[in-house]
Amino acid sequence: MEEILELARKFAEEAEVYTVSTEEAPVHFEANRLKAIQSKQSTSVSLRLIKNGKLGYAAASGEIDARKLVDIAVETSEFGMPAQFSFPSERNFPQVNILDPEVETVSIGEMIELGQKLIDPVLKSTEGILCDAGVSRDSVTLSVANTRGGQAQYKKTTFGMGVSGTLVRDTDMLFVGDGQESCHPLRDTKALTDIVLHQLELARNTAGVTSGQMPVIFTPDGVVSAFLPALMSAFNGKTVLLGASPLDKRLGETVFDKRFSLFDDPTLDFAPNSRPCDDEGTVSRRTALVEKGTVKNFLYDLQTAGQAKKQSTGNGSRGRGGLMSPAPSAWIVSPGETAFEDMVKDIKEGLLIEQLMGAEQGNVLGGDFSGNVLLGYKIENGKITGRVKNTMVSGNVYQILKDLAGIGKETKWIGGGVCAPALYCANLSVASK
Amino acid sequence: MNIKEAGHLLAGIITKCEAEYIEAHLEESEASHLTYRGKDLESVDKTGAVGGNVRVLVNGGWSFVSFNNLEDLETKVKQAIEQAKFVSGGEAKILQYPPIVDKTKAEIRQNPVNIPLKEKKQILDEYNQVIWEVPKLQTSVIGYADGYRKYIYMNSVGSYIEQERADVTLRVGAIATEKGEVQQAGISLGSRGEFSAIKGLHNQIRDMAQNAVKMLSAPQAKGGEYTVVLDPILAGVFVHEAFGHLSEADHVYENPQLRELMTMGKTFAGKQLNIVDGAAVPGLRGSYKYDDEGIPAQKTYLIKEGVLTGRLHSRETAARMKEKLSGNARAVSYRFPPIVRMTNTYIEPGKTSFKEMIADIKEGIYVKNWYGGTTSMEMFTFSAGEAYMIRNGQIAEMLRPVVLTGNVFSTLKNIDAIGNDLDMNEGGGCGKAGQSPLPVSNGSPHIRIQRCLIGGK
Repeated sequence: MEEILELARKFAEEAEVYTVSTEEAPVHFEANRLKAIQSKQSTSVSLRLIKNGKLGYAAASGEIDARKLVDIAVETSEFGMPAQFSFPSERNFPQVNILDPEVETVSIGEMIELGQKLIDPVLKSTEGILCDAGVSRDSVTLSVANTRGGQAQYKKTTFGMGVSGTLVRDTDMLFVGDGQESCHPLRDTKALTDIVLHQLELARNTAGVTSGQMPVIFTPDGVVSAFLPALMSAFNGKTVLLGASPLDKRLGETVFDKRFSLFDDPTLDFAPNSRPCDDEGTVSRRTALVEKGTVKNFLYDLQTAGQAKKQSTGNGSRGRGGLMSPAPSAWIVSPGETAFEDMVKDIKEGLLIEQLMGAEQGNVLGGDFSGNVLLGYKIENGKITGRVKNTMVSGNVYQILKDLAGIGKETKWIGGGVCAPALYCANLSVASK
Repeated sequence: MNIKEAGHLLAGIITKCEAEYIEAHLEESEASHLTYRGKDLESVDKTGAVGGNVRVLVNGGWSFVSFNNLEDLETKVKQAIEQAKFVSGGEAKILQYPPIVDKTKAEIRQNPVNIPLKEKKQILDEYNQVIWEVPKLQTSVIGYADGYRKYIYMNSVGSYIEQERADVTLRVGAIATEKGEVQQAGISLGSRGEFSAIKGLHNQIRDMAQNAVKMLSAPQAKGGEYTVVLDPILAGVFVHEAFGHLSEADHVYENPQLRELMTMGKTFAGKQLNIVDGAAVPGLRGSYKYDDEGIPAQKTYLIKEGVLTGRLHSRETAARMKEKLSGNARAVSYRFPPIVRMTNTYIEPGKTSFKEMIADIKEGIYVKNWYGGTTSMEMFTFSAGEAYMIRNGQIAEMLRPVVLTGNVFSTLKNIDAIGNDLDMNEGGGCGKAGQSPLPVSNGSPHIRIQRCLIGGK
């Protein structure tokens, strides 16, 4: 790393080296049985430099040839964007706890046992169900250093487990499942399997739906599948900079329901997406995106912030191929005051949606979505009566979030990236056949 | 050490080991990307990667080890064998195939990664200019990527196959805004490494950008059932999403109910429908000579005259289902084990012209192009990039882009006309089990579907 930085310094004004090493050990169950054990190791290095004021970039994984890396970065800098920032010189970072050495001590044998415990109760509950399960322990070591003296390094452990079930009857297929992630080892398989058993219970009967306008409750998982694609693009500083975000120029305006608040937070201890700094060495912080309905901020990395004349929010993230762009860390939607049961009780005829398929395919930027209900239930006279099928729900994220009928008081983590309550919408368009 | 040297070492190690079956992959790849957002070239990069994996079958289960340094290969093989001992009592097995020793070339005029960045930038600059000349355009997004990959497959029964492949993709999007409304349009295309495939698209890109603007004032479709005509691109996505994934044997082999549903010889559609998948169809993004389990590529009829006649297999699924190998085991990179994937998937052309197809539609929807599509086996959704009403046999007003959804089985039965104008789309990348994007192509002539559910107001 030092070697690359030293070499790059000879050819460019500024340089930054980023290395990431990962070790992953997933155990995978398929069709109710242990299927495969994997271990994956990889290391990659990215070099970013500023030459004649312009950004150059190169990355390599596996065999790293410092000279070649520098040559490529210099070559690309000829066409690069003018750098609108300086690398940060930060060397001290807040304490964010993301390492639990115990994760690495969980044996493959224990992981197999956990997987079996995820499958057994689901299998026992429903005849003919096929379960897949996964248990994984990963560790990642990341470091970033630049020629302005900035330097950061951290190690993170993550542990994940999930189970899914597929039930096929004639041409009807039912998909259930849930998962969990943490920087600690996870052992409570019952919490997960209880959720899946509940899904199966609710889906036992099928209920018909008539097309039309009706109230809809989105569970936390439903919130992620229906609303998140649009919001993630709208709050990305890059989308805003290009004028393509519907929230552009609405900073400070109350665009959402007054009870709706949304934060980007990479500082929560032992949350899988937490970290002391982002991928370019900017200190992690909690960023309010929406506070009581008002648009407060967008997510920035250094370059995008420089272009937009803002500050980086510490959301610089290396995507595929390692290129930098702003990306969410963990999104936290604040809980409201309505108990889930009360939302259900309030509905005479409506839907409860857990999984919407295809919502990310519509006009994401404009907020229009239209998705097939992959897992959802009919509510009649305040009671969940059965699973709905062949049903599409359409709406506009911004119109819905402007006027919510209720926000759940319980929140749930979905994967490591989002923590959200249920959202209750008074009126949505539902098409069914 | 390069992969050639490592390959010979590794082959020596795995043929000596005691295990039911071992296979290994080594890979060396390079790639370049150019991205535009708005008027400027946002990023340019070149990357390289080296790595490999070892996969071992023991006691009916799989063990997989991937790495990206090529040192100490023996330890890695040992680790895979050790780890495999935890798996026992599984039912995994594979179909053996006579060993193959061969070498293939990428068969392209020039490695696209080596084309000077300047030349790539020149073409993309022109396209961006074309977009920005269109009034009311808010911004543009262009993503160009190319890659070149050398990879070696070897197994413990003596196969040793060196292959090369190249890939080029281009995605161009235009975003139009007006009074807080945002609409977008895009095209995506690609080739099996031939750079010329992305040249000369100026007119196509201008039309696309103009469409994004037109959509701003287009009405939204009224949700419900319609007679829908799909253009070759969207019909290609449909055949990939709706039927292709269902033909992947790994979804079926462990699932008794699904196996019954997908019984060979069962009628799924009218006699006019033929669906093919095959890497042996030459010159497309999903084409290759051997799959990632060293099996020669083939051309498989999934549906012939409306009847289920074939399935896509890996060594394992073919063994478990006692069916023929099809050469469909693929991995996106050395970091993943090969799984059953599609290659080039298409509906064979029929006899109906587009004009005839819409002639007797009183009220329907013509859908073109795509944003994406997903499937949950039985249900599918796919998004059209462009949509128009069909009224009294004529293409009428433009609509906002629509999402189509349905049950695969009833939808296949509802295909009642197949066009004579097969066209392949090479811009797609397929994702499955965390492995994305895999180069595939899909295609179709225009097709007509009765009673298709469209989301909308």
